[in-house]
Amino acid sequence: MPRTLRALLLAVALAATLLPTSVAVGAVTQATPAPSAEESTSGGEVLNVRLRGEDRAPVEGVTVIVTSEGEEIGRTESDAEGVASFDVPAPGPYTVEVDVTTLPPELEGQSLAQNPRDTQVDPGTPRNLNLLFSSDPGGERRTSSGWSTIPQLFVSGLRFGLLIALAALGLSMIFGTTGLTNFAHGEFVTVGAVLTYVFNNLLELPFIVAGLLAIALTAAFGWANDAGLWKPLRRRGAGLIAMMIVSIGFGILARYVVAFFFGTETFQYREYAIQAGIQFGPVSLKPADAIGMGIAVVVLILAGLALLYTRIGKATRAVADNPALAAASGIDVDRVIRVVWMVGGGMAGLAGVLLGINQGVSWNLGQVLLLLIFAAVTLGGLGTAFGAVIGALIVGILIDVSTARIELGGITLGIPTELKYVGALVVLIIILLFRPQGILGRRVRVG
Amino acid sequence: MDFDSVLRNGLQAAVGVDAIVFALAAIGLNVHFGYAGLLNFGQAAFVLVGAYGIGIGVVYLGLPLGVALLLGLAGSIVLALLLGIPTLRLRADYLAIVTIAAAEILRLVARANSFRDVSGGSDGLSGFAGSYFALNPFPPGDYGFGYLTFDERGFYNIVVGWSLVAISVLAVFLWMRSPWGRVLKAIREDEDAVRSLGKNVFSYKMQALIIGGVIGCLAGFVYSLSRSSVQPDNYGTAFTFFAYTVLLLGGAARVFGPVLGAMIFWLVISLTDTLLRQGVNNDIIPSYILNGTQVGQVRFMLVGLALMLLMIYRPQGIFGDRRELMLDAR
Repeated sequence: MPRTLRALLLAVALAATLLPTSVAVGAVTQATPAPSAEESTSGGEVLNVRLRGEDRAPVEGVTVIVTSEGEEIGRTESDAEGVASFDVPAPGPYTVEVDVTTLPPELEGQSLAQNPRDTQVDPGTPRNLNLLFSSDPGGERRTSSGWSTIPQLFVSGLRFGLLIALAALGLSMIFGTTGLTNFAHGEFVTVGAVLTYVFNNLLELPFIVAGLLAIALTAAFGWANDAGLWKPLRRRGAGLIAMMIVSIGFGILARYVVAFFFGTETFQYREYAIQAGIQFGPVSLKPADAIGMGIAVVVLILAGLALLYTRIGKATRAVADNPALAAASGIDVDRVIRVVWMVGGGMAGLAGVLLGINQGVSWNLGQVLLLLIFAAVTLGGLGTAFGAVIGALIVGILIDVSTARIELGGITLGIPTELKYVGALVVLIIILLFRPQGILGRRVRVG
Repeated sequence: MDFDSVLRNGLQAAVGVDAIVFALAAIGLNVHFGYAGLLNFGQAAFVLVGAYGIGIGVVYLGLPLGVALLLGLAGSIVLALLLGIPTLRLRADYLAIVTIAAAEILRLVARANSFRDVSGGSDGLSGFAGSYFALNPFPPGDYGFGYLTFDERGFYNIVVGWSLVAISVLAVFLWMRSPWGRVLKAIREDEDAVRSLGKNVFSYKMQALIIGGVIGCLAGFVYSLSRSSVQPDNYGTAFTFFAYTVLLLGGAARVFGPVLGAMIFWLVISLTDTLLRQGVNNDIIPSYILNGTQVGQVRFMLVGLALMLLMIYRPQGIFGDRRELMLDAR
């Protein structure tokens, strides 16, 4: 018992120091061996080349050569995971060549689409280059097809939409009460997932405990955001555009602080990352995902009921409607905004905890999600709570269902999986053209 | 520590291609944000259109370089119209969200494997700058003096780049002291007042969006031709926010603000980068504090912090005028 207690205390202490300066977390992260890619110890950048065959199995023992402007930088054999890792001296363009004479016999008849291949190594993030051998390297890959895939895509889209909704509700309420478009909102999602990973994998707490602690700390991070940054800025009377740009700067800073201490690889939680799906009719769902969806629905309903019926909820809606009038009628506007930041942060943290189960935990988890959150909020109507939820569900379902490949009159509909987020963003722009106030927003004439 | 090379890298970065690219991108942003008050968070999209205009024009369509340049310029005008028509009548933050979304759409499409034939997927395109370097009038050799010595290709890039910067700066200077420029600044200050004077606010904003976008497109030309390649992931949201940092550092709504901002920005970035890298390589900074990968992340942390601090404590930047830019949304 004392041992778990100590671990718990350590966890809280670690988390409390995570964002300002945490050499401790950094040390812990580095002590754990990374799953596949090696950390660079020299002064340069890392280039990881991952080789896989047509059956997606790693290809071992193949010589990979990296050159820069015709000069050889290094050559390595791929390891058991198919990875050949290089320390390159500086960011810049490199050429990766696979020595085809060293290919194992089982790859007979398979080749790469491009060999040698040019790549670009950017500062700060290891370049992970995936090379797939295929017997038809120029051909198109199809993941799914036909009407029968739609129920499965609908459910996975619904799940994604629920997670977006958790994050979008907070963003929308922050916008409603303070007018700030928070470009750092995705960082709550990242912090939620990263803290869960720290508690679950490094301190070996059960997943539920790890997740709850992460959510609590993300809510505390939301409070710290408001108390340390936004409240003083409101006091100074900073303009909304100025605050928006501050939030962009804060988002970049927070993201790279996480990357600095956490690393730039994608990690999996110790528990629930790999689970067999259960078949419900035409739909297969992992138990963890089903429970996650249930939790999201319950939290969203509770948040909605709280907004409608509790004192603080009514006060929140009053402040969103007219802050000056709310203050005049005796509502403590600062307290309402503080609560909104905490709840909004905590809910986005929950989205991160749940998202990490499927997508893995990485430093830019929230950055990827941020634009989809914006799409959801704009679609539903900026500043409306329920609009954000509806918008999020539409965006989530649209993203996944739009990838279904359906034959209609000889034409194949559906967009490639790699472009699925594009569809949601295009819809965002089209909605603004015809109904700029969103689905539930009020019409305000501007210009 | 080799302070000689630290200084050399820093000074070369301050006049080098990166500084030129971000100076041009920020001059475009200055027209949008500094003068017209338009919150364009998708400047990377205009730069991408310029870069890919050349790349796709030469490599895929097989056009001569001059025609491909026109293709890029036309593309940036079309993009400005596409972005402006739905959003310029709406509140400022809508333009921000739509432009950032459009920039990501273009980047995702450019790097998509489905269009690998046209845009080269995540590897981008290369091998289109041959006729650009064939026009190089400088015979092989070293040019410049002291630390600022470049080979003939580097020097050619810098001469072409800074000429474009000079032309853009002059154009912006002349536009902004014309009646047209005064209307634009008035729109930034109070849209309704300008509208009540009978000016077509939408049309002025659209013209500003196009002009700033075309200048951003020039940045794409310099970026892609000097490297003779385009890589889709160079045009992510980070590019736009770097350009904002450059603009706010130098001072928005100042003709020379973006140029000085870009030089200072790359000087500081390069100095810290080289210093930290040398510290790591020579074991002056122990590897448990900082390793090679983390040096690149420090750059982004600095940018984020600079953006916050500038906006909070000195929104007018180093050379700006506070009265010019109150930065208050309605």
